[in-house]
This record gives sequence, C-alpha cells and structure tokens, in this order.
Amino acid sequence: MALLEVRDLTVEFHRKGEEPFTAVDRVSFDVEPGQTVGLVGESGCGKSVTSLAIMGLLPKRGAKVSGTVNFEGTDLLTLSDKQLRDKRGRDLGMVFQDPLSSLNPVIPIGLQVTEVLERHQGLSRKKAMVEAADLLDKVGIPDPTRRLSEYPHQLSGGMRQRALIAIALACKPRLLIADEPTTALDVTIQAQILALLKGLVQDLGTALVMITHDLGVVAGLCDEVNVLYGGRVVEKAQRHELFAEPRHPYTHGLLASIPRLDAPRGERLNPIRGSVADNIPWDHACAFAPRCPNALDLCREQTPVQEDLGGGRLLRCHNPVQPEVPQEVSA
Amino acid sequence: MLRYTVRRLIQLLGVVLVLSLLVFAWLRALPGGPASALLGDRGTDESRAALEKQLGLDQPIFIQYFKFLGRALTGDFGNSTGVQPGDSVVDIFVQRFPATLELSIFAIILAVVVGIPLGYVAAKRRGTWFDNLSVGGSLIGVAVPVFFLAFVLKEVLASKLGLPSVGRQDAIGATRVTGFFVLDGLITQEWDAAWNALKHLFLPAAALATIPFAVIFRITRAAVLDVMDEDYVRTAEAKGLTAPLVRRRHVLRNAMLPVVTTIGLQIGALLAGAVLTEKVFAFPGVGEALALGFERRDYPVLQMLIMVAAIVYVVVNLLVDLSYALIDPRIRTR
Ligand SMILES: Nc1ncnc2c1ncn2[C@@H]1O[C@H](COP(=O)(O)OP(=O)(O)OP(=O)(O)O)[C@@H](O)[C@H]1O
Ligand code: SF4
Ligand SMILES: [Mg+2]
Repeated sequence: MALLEVRDLTVEFHRKGEEPFTAVDRVSFDVEPGQTVGLVGESGCGKSVTSLAIMGLLPKRGAKVSGTVNFEGTDLLTLSDKQLRDKRGRDLGMVFQDPLSSLNPVIPIGLQVTEVLERHQGLSRKKAMVEAADLLDKVGIPDPTRRLSEYPHQLSGGMRQRALIAIALACKPRLLIADEPTTALDVTIQAQILALLKGLVQDLGTALVMITHDLGVVAGLCDEVNVLYGGRVVEKAQRHELFAEPRHPYTHGLLASIPRLDAPRGERLNPIRGSVADNIPWDHACAFAPRCPNALDLCREQTPVQEDLGGGRLLRCHNPVQPEVPQEVSA
Repeated sequence: MLRYTVRRLIQLLGVVLVLSLLVFAWLRALPGGPASALLGDRGTDESRAALEKQLGLDQPIFIQYFKFLGRALTGDFGNSTGVQPGDSVVDIFVQRFPATLELSIFAIILAVVVGIPLGYVAAKRRGTWFDNLSVGGSLIGVAVPVFFLAFVLKEVLASKLGLPSVGRQDAIGATRVTGFFVLDGLITQEWDAAWNALKHLFLPAAALATIPFAVIFRITRAAVLDVMDEDYVRTAEAKGLTAPLVRRRHVLRNAMLPVVTTIGLQIGALLAGAVLTEKVFAFPGVGEALALGFERRDYPVLQMLIMVAAIVYVVVNLLVDLSYALIDPRIRTR
C-alpha cells in the first residue's frame, strides 16, 4: 500500500459575488514510502493548493475540498481538527516557499524548533533544546547553540530555510511536502538546499512531495513526476521517461525552456508562449489549447481524457508530441 | 536600550521647559483672569487691580515666568487661587492625583480586558453576526460623547445596578496607605472598604473606558485578521501545535505590536475624558480640578496639571516604545 494515495482531490474556492473557482480538479497520485514525487507546473496551476489540501491547511471557510487523501490508510480529509493536529508536524511535515515570512519574527529560532518536539514527543523544554541544537547542526547551521537564541531576522535566507527544514523534519515524519523550497533563495544557495533535502530524506527514509515550477529541480531529485496544468494532472511519468520522451505539449514546452549547458551556441530558449491568463475552462476543451502549438480544432470542443499509457505513465492530450522526436536532455 | 531611555528622558526635560513657557503665556492670554473670576460682578476696577497686585499678575509676563520658574526649581508651584484657594498646588495635586490615577488605571484595565479578547473573537468569526454586532457597538462607543455617556450611566444605570452615582466616597474608606483606595483596602485587608471603593470606581471608569475600549477592540480585530493570514501562522499550524498555543504564541503575540501602541496613545488621551467623567460623577480627581481651574482661572493649578498631563503623555509614549522593543526583537537587536 502506498504511503499517500491522493484520489480525485478537488478544491473549489467560493467567494462572495464570484463564480466558484476550481483550483484543483480531480488530482490523483501516489507516494510510496521513501519515494520522491514531483508536482510540476507554472504559477497558479494549483500546486500550493494541492499541498495545503493534503495538510488540511486551507481556510475552513470559502474552500471546498473533496476526494480522498489516504495517508497510511486513513483519509486525512475525514479527520477532526484535533486528529489532524496530532498528525501534522509528527507524521507529515511541510516546508514553505518564503523562509523569512514562514518563521515567526518575534520568537527565537530555538523555541520554533522545540515547540514541535514538545508537542509531539513530549520532551521537556530543556531536552528539546539539546535536540534542537542537534537538528540545526544536522541541517548545516554552524554554531547551532548560539543560533537557538537568535531571531529569524538575524539569519540569512539560506539559514532560515535550513531552520525550517529542521523544524519540518524534527519528528522524523514519514512524508515531507516541500512547496518551492528554493524559489525565494539565491541561485547559489538553491543547489545547497536541494542537496541537503535529498540527503536528509534519504537518511530518514522520508517520502518527499517536491513542488516546483522548475524541471531542473525535478531532474536532480524526483523519482516520479506529475505535471499539473490548470488544476489537473496532464502528464505523469517516471523522471527519466519524462525527460527522455515528454508526450504532453506543455511538458515538452517546459523542457524546451530549460537553459541547457549542452545547447548549441546561439540557440535561443523556447519559452511557452502566452501565460496562464490565457487558460480556457476545462469543460468542453483543453485548458492549454490557446497556448498549445499542437492544438487541433478538437481541443477546443472536447476535454481530453486521461489515458493510461502503461508503465505508470498517464497522459491527457488529444494530439501528444510523438516519441519519434525525442528531446535530448541530460538530466 | 539604557542610552536610548536616558536620551528620551533628556528630551522630556526640553519638552517640559518649552511647554511650561507656552502654557504660561497661553493661560494669561485667555480672556478674563483670576481677579475677575474670583470677584465676579461685585468687583470694582480698584479691587481687581489690588487682587492682581497681590497675586503678582501686575508684573510683566516674563518676570512672572522667571519668578515661577525659580520657585518651581525649589519645588514650589504656587498656591491655588480658585480651586482650593490658598492651598499649595502641590498638595492639591498629591491629594487628587491618586484618585484620577486609580480611575484611569481601572478604566484602561477594563478597556484592555474586554477589548482584546473581544477583538480576537470578532476576528476569528469575521463576518458573523457576532463580529458585525461588536464592530457596530464599537462604532457607537467612539461616537457617543463621554460626557453624555457618563450622564446616562449616572442617572439611569446607577440606581438600577445599585451602584453609587457619585465618586469616591470616603465614608468607609480604608486606612490610608498609598492613597489608592482599592489598593489600600486590599493591603490593609479591609475588604469592605476595597469593595466599596471599587463600586464607586465602576461607573466613572466604565464611562471613561468606552473610547479606549472601542479603539483597542478595533485595532486588535484588525491586527489579528492581518496576522492570521501570515505565513508563520501557517507554519505553526503545519507543526500541529494545539489551537490555543498557535493563538497565544503566534497570533496574539504578533498582533499585540500595534495594540500596545494604541493602548499607550489611549492612556495619553485619558485625561481629556477624565475631566468630563470626573465632573459628571463629582469625582475629586485632577480632572475635576482642571475643569474648576478653568472656570476660576486658577493659573497655578492649571499650569501644574497641564504640565503633569504632558509629562504623563511623554512618559507613556516612552514606555510604549520600550515595551515595543520588548515584544519585537527586530527593534531590540538592531
Ligand atoms: N484562498 C484562496 N482563495 C481563492 N483562490 C485561491 C486561494 N488560494 C489560491 N487560490 C487560487 O488557486 C489557484 C492556484 O493557486 P496555487 O497557489 O495553488 O498556485 P501555485 O501552483 O502554487 O502557484 P505558485 O507557483 O505561484 O505558487 C490560483 O489561481 C489562485 O488564485
Ligand atoms: S489536448 Fe490539444 S490543446 Fe491540449 S495539450 Fe493536447 S494538443 Fe494541446
Ligand atoms: Mg505556490
């Protein structure tokens, strides 16, 4: 049995005076114990909403969540607030995008680490502090004992994200969700943080859901990848298959827009034309059609259904990119 | 921190000095004067002139000021001419200040103890009838003049609630220790006296508390709404912390930053309300003395009280800044 089974997860936002908006539309995926699964897509495709829905962190009012999120056999969506609080931080950890705003500015780093240990492992403050110093050390924060009494604004961006990773992994959860953990950081720091995450989840045997808009991150980290577009999974594949043979035109476009070291000199990057703002609704169409180089008339008339290509590969497209013209990507 | 405090206190000295000059000149520019106020219609020009000479008001204003300043340095702020004629202004102040302080502290405690929790709950239940009702109520709280409210409380509610309608009875006062009646009652364990003093405080304090309450409520509500959307609150939730812990450690602590400033400003503004409230409830504090002082053009009393009000205001602001630094490490460790 998979560690996490997300089935038909749907999130609708209801706002006064506005049409209900479906941010996540029947998304399904599995995460095996210890596996790293990527959720990839552009800004606004529903990555964060998906992860917040799994964690039970969406606003109680205004967000309607349906489907099932089976974690170790229990549907998280049916748990009470109290039961969820027992699981969050202990069995499921989460790292967010902006490390500065994700740490409480008026509380020392130490307490922000120890409070999760005190809550779930019943440690005394004193014991938790010793453990916290150890955790900060493990995530590569130098002079951890001194850092315990410092405040977030006294740490660098990279250090803050390391601290947040320490917090998320403090109770050795079985699943970690990282929502664009490197997007807010300097390029040089990004690689360090990714390497750190990779090492830690391997050591702890923690499964990782890696959320990113950057296929480069996927290449270095993920076993399996789900490509999201307009709130739906449009392609799912093992990492090497996805890179070797992208079938969905959107995935294909994403890959073509990665800067490559082995690209011939002078070759221009190929960003996907248009933006999410061009999306059309999924009902009776493919949301990507206005931007898709492969679009057929059919694409504006009929919603493409999800096809199982075998070998865990899923695709939602009327006119996929043919495997005869593979992209060469050194992943 | 210490250097900062010292610098602020030196600033305070400058403010006090400049203000003393302004108040001095400004009072004497008011129409009428102590002589006409005291003698009323019966006064003749001669009797007024004689009285002014006796009070030293016939001298040029800067000579008056320097004499005042010289005496003030020795701790002599003159004698009252109208409020309690002949009494030393300092004595009047010492007599009356505890009453006002007691009233103000009680009022601000009321405002904080009711305003902050209500603001929190209203924010949590944004958009519900509870929220709408309390926001509406707080609007009325700010809009109704204190004078009117005090009057209604006194005339309508006092008898219904069985509370005294005039302030600060000494009848069964406790043995004096600090001059704060409630505190004295508690210290000397004369519970009846403490309770009695508290009952006398309640209505004037309620009247005085309305505006600070309404403002503190609204700022708390707005601050909590802001903070609840912050990423670090989501992080706290992602840790699975219990709801009360998230509330106390992560939401309220951050929301308190603007609220502390507000409380400080409200304390500073309290004296204005105290003047009106004390007058309605015949509460013998400095507010009442200030009102009387204006009626009777009691320059020494007014000078002293206005200066004290200014000093209180500046000191409270200093305390606000210091407590701000206490809550917010970004300021403390800068
Ligand atoms: N609380 C909310 N109320 C209403 N709409 C929301 C809410 N949160 C997100 N949305 C909408 O849901 C859609 C998906 O948002 P989401 O944050 O999941 O995007 P994302 O894929 O994480 O993008 P990014 O890369 O910018 O983080 C967006 O159109 C967004 O406007
Ligand atoms: S369904 Fe049509 S429009 Fe959508 S991605 Fe496939 S080819 Fe493009
Ligand atoms: Mg996001």
